[in-house]
Amino acid sequence: MKHKTFLWFILPSAVAMLLFIALPVVSVLLQSVFAPHEQVIREVEKCDVFGCKKSTTVDVEATAALSEGAPLGRFVGTAIYTDRNHLALSEIGAIWSSSKGPGDFLDQIFNLPFYGALAFTLTYTALVTPFAILLGFCIALAVNAIPRLLRGPAIFFSLLPMIVTPLVGALILFWMVDARGILGVALQSLAGDPDLSVKASTPLMWAMLIVYGVWSSCPFAFVVYYAGLQTVPQDTLESAMIDGATRWQRLRYVIIPHLLPLTTFLVLIKIMDNFRVFEPIVSFNGGAHAQSLSYFIYADLTATNKLLSSAAATSVLTILGVIVLLSPVIVRTRRSFARAAS
Amino acid sequence: MTSSVAGHRSLPLQALLAGFLILWIVVAAFPFFWTLWGSFKVEGDFFSRADWANALTGPMTRAETGGAFTGQGYYGAWITNEFWRAGLNTLIVVVSVVTISLAFGTLGGYALARSGHRYVFWILMIALVFRAMPHLTLVSGYLLPFFQWNLWGHLPTAIIVLVAINQPFTLWMLTSFFQNIPKDLDESAMVDGCSRFQAFRLVIIPVMWPGVITTGLFSFLLAYNDFAVTAMLLDQQNQTMIPRIASFLGTTQTKGNVMFAVSAVVSATAPLFLLVMVFQRQIVSGLTAGAVKG
Repeated sequence: MKHKTFLWFILPSAVAMLLFIALPVVSVLLQSVFAPHEQVIREVEKCDVFGCKKSTTVDVEATAALSEGAPLGRFVGTAIYTDRNHLALSEIGAIWSSSKGPGDFLDQIFNLPFYGALAFTLTYTALVTPFAILLGFCIALAVNAIPRLLRGPAIFFSLLPMIVTPLVGALILFWMVDARGILGVALQSLAGDPDLSVKASTPLMWAMLIVYGVWSSCPFAFVVYYAGLQTVPQDTLESAMIDGATRWQRLRYVIIPHLLPLTTFLVLIKIMDNFRVFEPIVSFNGGAHAQSLSYFIYADLTATNKLLSSAAATSVLTILGVIVLLSPVIVRTRRSFARAAS
Repeated sequence: MTSSVAGHRSLPLQALLAGFLILWIVVAAFPFFWTLWGSFKVEGDFFSRADWANALTGPMTRAETGGAFTGQGYYGAWITNEFWRAGLNTLIVVVSVVTISLAFGTLGGYALARSGHRYVFWILMIALVFRAMPHLTLVSGYLLPFFQWNLWGHLPTAIIVLVAINQPFTLWMLTSFFQNIPKDLDESAMVDGCSRFQAFRLVIIPVMWPGVITTGLFSFLLAYNDFAVTAMLLDQQNQTMIPRIASFLGTTQTKGNVMFAVSAVVSATAPLFLLVMVFQRQIVSGLTAGAVKG
């Protein structure tokens, strides 16, 4: 295809992505190095019969004029990145010199908002990804073993947790584990503690979010593995059986190697999706116990005095995280592209 | 495979697999049916302090309304709180996003599939990075310029933003789909004197519908399920269903109002149920399209 024709075909799509994905990245970069203007304070002296009093007032007009002239605010360089709510360099220094041991040091680090959010996001990604893939694999094996007639309904019900809006799916689970909901009551009687509440406990909140994550993302792994199972080479399986391979050996040496490329694909997609975990925390109203990077940005943006610069700095750090996570994949795909081309 | 192999499965293994599967299906489906049932009760039953079985039998519902089931939650959400307005907005957003995404995506995907130049790889890789971008990082980039230029709060803004966010995925999916349509088809049309665009319009468009429908389903899901963009970019008047549900939770802690959210949740889930019922095959094939080919 000629370059010019190609350009015309790709143009609408490319312009949309450029304007609303690439430029916003530039916009967060810019916003993250500017802080809002300080209010202009004016000192006024008021005199009456009792004498003169000095008072300070906010000069609204001058403040408005200032932000009119430079809507981004005043340039502060990397100050926002290093403040307490982000990389917190000076705080870490202080903790380093005052901490009583490595455990205590980490404990204090994770109390800093950005590192806390990072810790939750990474924990969530690291736990949900493998568990969801493993559970999806088991479901695929089980569905593959039932009569063909029953598979349609089994697939239908298995798809539901994934298809349903994340915010809504998480809400449905949240209402069930509410202290007055059916699962919440069951948990209370299991633990023998009538005051047990997921809303009030940090470890329970983390566990519940991870359970939601596995519940909602294992159907995807199931569907992919199920499709993969339909393409397992029959003659290899049969010759393995003739050679006396047990069921376990066939699974281990024929089926699993056949599904391995799918696993790479799943890991990639799931890491991307889990890294931006956000909606379940809104549904579970769990901001006080668990914040992800996305939720941290959301909290800044919805604060009454919209902390745009702070949200922008977190966004930039999050984007860097995404690039670090994806770089091995890009390098690999490039190699396989080069191999296909040569 | 299964018909030949299933015969050899030992009974305990069969039972184990079946038991596991039944357990999973209960875990996957039960929450939805529980909530559907509960949405016709009053709050005192669905969130019962006394006895969980109240949600099934509904003594409070009977006492408060006289019947075993009540539509109060639905009435409160749809009529009193004007959830229908959010439903209408969702309809507008979803239809526009799907149409525009597919129009842009088919053109771009076709070009990527047929070009064969080196930059195709880089465009696809950039699209992959764009796809991985958490939506809230983008939203925090939009807010300031949108406020400045008075674009914030309107439906068209949210629509075009969702179209753009949707493009990377649409491009990937349609590219792999167009790669499976034989090149000879459009190339022979071009030998016969068609321009590239005529070949696309006359030869490719008539055969591309299966792939377009599958891709469209996923565009639909993205637009319908979105919370980050619609919650942050639309004003109260233009809110779609999902952010509206979230705002039910934020503002209404008085008695009975949580049932508005429950009924709204059930209402928002129903279209998705229908969608999976009708398009199950396409959804499964779409999910696996990228994976099975590697």
